[in-house]
Amino acid sequence: MSPLSPASSAPNGQGPGGDPGAEADRAVTAILEATVHGGERGTVVDSPPGAGKSTLVVKAARELVAAGERLMIVAQTNSQVDDLVDRLATAAPELTVGRLHGSDAAPDPSALRHPNVLPSSKAADLLGQSVVVSTAAKWQWVKGVDPWRHAIVDEAYQMRSDALLACARLFERALFVGDPGQLDPFTIVGTEQWAGLSYDPSSSAVVTLLAHNPGIVPHRLPVSWRLPASAAPLISAAFYPYAPFRAGTGPGDRLLRLRDAGDGSATDRVIDVAAESGWGLLELPARNTVRTDPEAVQALARVVRRLLDRRGSCRSERGESPLTADRIAVGTAHRDQAAAVRAALTGLGVPVGGVDGVTVDTANRLQGREYDVTVVLHPLSGRPDATAFHLETGRLCVLASRHRHACIVVARAGIAELLDEHPSTEPLRLGVAVKFPDGWEANHAVLAHLSEHRAVAAGGG
Amino acid sequence: MSLLTTLARLEAVRSGHAEPLATVRHRHLAERPMLVVPLAAAGETGAPLAVLLGRDRDRPRLLTVPQPLDRERRFAFLADLADELLPYLESFGEEVETLTKESRDSETGEQTEISRELCLDAPQLLVPNRGGVELLGLLGRSTRFRRTVEDPDPGPYPAPTRVPLLGRWLTHLRERAQVPGSSLLLAMTDLLGRHWATGQSMLEDQHLGALLAWIDPPDGLTGAEAALRAETARDGRGQLLCPPAGPTTDPQFDSGLLAPAIVRYDAARQLAGADPAQRPDPAGRQSDAVLRAQVGARERDIDGLLEAVLLPVWEQLWHGLDLLRQLPPAAHLPDRWTGDRWSYTAHRDRLAAGEPPQPVRDDAVTAARKLAQREREQTTVGVQEALDDPLAMAEHRLAGEALAGVVTGVEPAYDTSGKTSRPRPLVTVRTTDRPHAEPGAELHRAGGPSSQRAQLVTVGAPSGSVTVRLLNGMGRKKDPAPGSVPEVGEQVCFTLFELTARQSAPLPEPEDTPWTHGGPPPGAMPAAPATDAGVRTGMGTGMGTGMGTGTAIEEGADR
Repeated sequence: MSPLSPASSAPNGQGPGGDPGAEADRAVTAILEATVHGGERGTVVDSPPGAGKSTLVVKAARELVAAGERLMIVAQTNSQVDDLVDRLATAAPELTVGRLHGSDAAPDPSALRHPNVLPSSKAADLLGQSVVVSTAAKWQWVKGVDPWRHAIVDEAYQMRSDALLACARLFERALFVGDPGQLDPFTIVGTEQWAGLSYDPSSSAVVTLLAHNPGIVPHRLPVSWRLPASAAPLISAAFYPYAPFRAGTGPGDRLLRLRDAGDGSATDRVIDVAAESGWGLLELPARNTVRTDPEAVQALARVVRRLLDRRGSCRSERGESPLTADRIAVGTAHRDQAAAVRAALTGLGVPVGGVDGVTVDTANRLQGREYDVTVVLHPLSGRPDATAFHLETGRLCVLASRHRHACIVVARAGIAELLDEHPSTEPLRLGVAVKFPDGWEANHAVLAHLSEHRAVAAGGG
Repeated sequence: MSLLTTLARLEAVRSGHAEPLATVRHRHLAERPMLVVPLAAAGETGAPLAVLLGRDRDRPRLLTVPQPLDRERRFAFLADLADELLPYLESFGEEVETLTKESRDSETGEQTEISRELCLDAPQLLVPNRGGVELLGLLGRSTRFRRTVEDPDPGPYPAPTRVPLLGRWLTHLRERAQVPGSSLLLAMTDLLGRHWATGQSMLEDQHLGALLAWIDPPDGLTGAEAALRAETARDGRGQLLCPPAGPTTDPQFDSGLLAPAIVRYDAARQLAGADPAQRPDPAGRQSDAVLRAQVGARERDIDGLLEAVLLPVWEQLWHGLDLLRQLPPAAHLPDRWTGDRWSYTAHRDRLAAGEPPQPVRDDAVTAARKLAQREREQTTVGVQEALDDPLAMAEHRLAGEALAGVVTGVEPAYDTSGKTSRPRPLVTVRTTDRPHAEPGAELHRAGGPSSQRAQLVTVGAPSGSVTVRLLNGMGRKKDPAPGSVPEVGEQVCFTLFELTARQSAPLPEPEDTPWTHGGPPPGAMPAAPATDAGVRTGMGTGMGTGMGTGTAIEEGADR
């Protein structure tokens, strides 16, 4: 997907001695230069988890507006748009931001609290704004307006090629920013018919763009500010072997401490292990289960409950803060699993959702979000088979890269054996770039690492 | 696989026969469909070997290629196939209804009336399995560009004009078969698999004989025993009692019976074609007539062999059809069949307009349009099946995407925020369903008098009940229109998913393909797009588009 040649931004494989801040700044400068003055109509930025993608978008928007341009921004979901509007309006009060929304989807109040944000469901109302932000789904319906000279496409790897096809008439040049390691866009119908075509409508917008514009060499952001030093090397090696990155903080810069001692249960042991090492695997006895495995769901809920009960606190470069429910996320593969976890958490008296509660969502929904501690139900836990859905590299990558301090995985034993029984059997298709690493390999790499931070739960809890 | 399907499969293992997955038939079945059992020759992808086809159970028509490597015989076979299929495929083009629709020109704003023909019925082809669908598609691909004597440059091997025409029809049927819920070309294994759950894997369900063995096992055998017999039992010559339903044949049939028969046919043909002086036995030099008769006899041997492996499959197809016809048709079938009729009519019109054959590859815009259409139809067919069939709805209820139960209380309430107060009654439903939704989530009433939205208010207070607030569909008066609010004791169902598929966003015309997608394709002409995409979009009356695909879509909702 991304070429092996390093982008113009940063020298590769720089030792930990180099200043990560300076390295990241050089990359950003090169990107902004290419966006405003580059010879290609498109600029692509590959960003690993937490590498300052949103900051880059804000910077690029300010730069372009300062140069006298108006621009449109395309994001993929309403919450991403609201989030982006909030960030833009906060960081750049000089911008006038238009929030273009659907007639049946009111924007989040957090996006509208700023005086420089104007919401409307009609693009024509927002033409005077220096920046107009909306979802790809909404932009596709906009007509009768002159094209913008510049666009920024956020989370571009999650945008489908056909959505870009419908939007591209709206802009002349565009900066595409995204994380190639996250979930690929999906469809509910078969698309074998178009496999191998450069414009396969179900592939990612960036894949199509690069195939048709071979002059575009993707830039890279080299430093993850989110992932701690305990996580960046694993995530980089397991999911980004050809585009390595490093953590912006060193070992010991991030500390998760628990005020109250553990009670010796497996739940508390895994919390202790995770606080110490940044990773924890709570292993339940091997068993084939329904998707909403009640024991695993209870285990997830108990981990969250104990994290709160034991009064965790997080120390980082931002200072020390208590580990509150809103700083914890639970990630699952399926929506019914998320629903079951929400019910279990509510049963244990843990606040769920909203501004103050624990976030419980699927990998798809957690993309682009950041928490102090994440608790993850392993996608393959309790399964009798390993399907392409559950093996998808991006799913595991999203779930394992949302945290600033620690990630605790809950899983039934036997996943390594399950993987070995289900080697990848997806057909190879002419013209389709082989994704590397594949989900099988990435799952094994992560599992091997997790097994060093394991707490085993007895049957039944 | 949904939880309910898993349960049904487990249940089938225990009971020894397939369990129903549906209470109604979810696919349109023509009164007299065309049944087609195609066979492919081993060793060359898409090389036809034989086909058994017809609309009459007692009189199937057999076509064969006695020497699959012989291109002339292959093309003769395809010409014969065209003779058999084209009259059927084209026979639906004559009887039409004319639909008219008011339309506003998007530029001038002028009201114009558009009328369009829609064929009253359409053909339906049934094949045994997906392999059969694929093989018909491959035959379509290999024949639709064939040059004919009518071409300016016919080349050295012109085909009869009907051969490329057959290719275009087969290509169209194959394309249409990719659209979820369509019924122009159907695979029997898919049809049966949608309506029954067996105790074997999905892969094993691809074997038509084994699948039928589970659904309707012979007396004295369990489904598993009968399926095993269908898959493995052989006669004294080592031949399968239940030959595979194609398109590939059993290798033991190929090597033990078919290959020797083809060798004998080749030898007879060689003899008949050779110079009389060269014939091996000068004493018994046979007359040409005798030799030609021998070629004919060897050919009939091959026909006999192929017929013997095709007839059991032919019977299985009819058996499957009999089973499916016992199910009452689902309520939305006529609606979806109308989509197939539009598709048929559109192809008829493209042929009549002299358009070139479907291109080898879709361009970017056509591919995106087709994908959008298929996604829309996938959503539509899922929703319609749930509305038509309590068993299909049960899957959604079990997945927390719907709830059903009996109304135990209705409390009048009003929204007084506006100028006039509007009815917003609270309805409490006794149900054990646990919808995966937070209070405030939007619900949709299924099976109500009209489309109606509701809001989830509380779940489980009191336990075993759900309270919702109805939001619309109650008329314009202060009090709800009669019958628009369910009464105590009434059975109701609400879904978390919308009951109509969302409109697809408009796409550019192929000649406007943007730079991100390589610009306009070479030869892009500002002609009507060659897809069905857009058919059934934004047309409440069931009026298709095809003309002005873009406008019809854009009429739709603003998102």
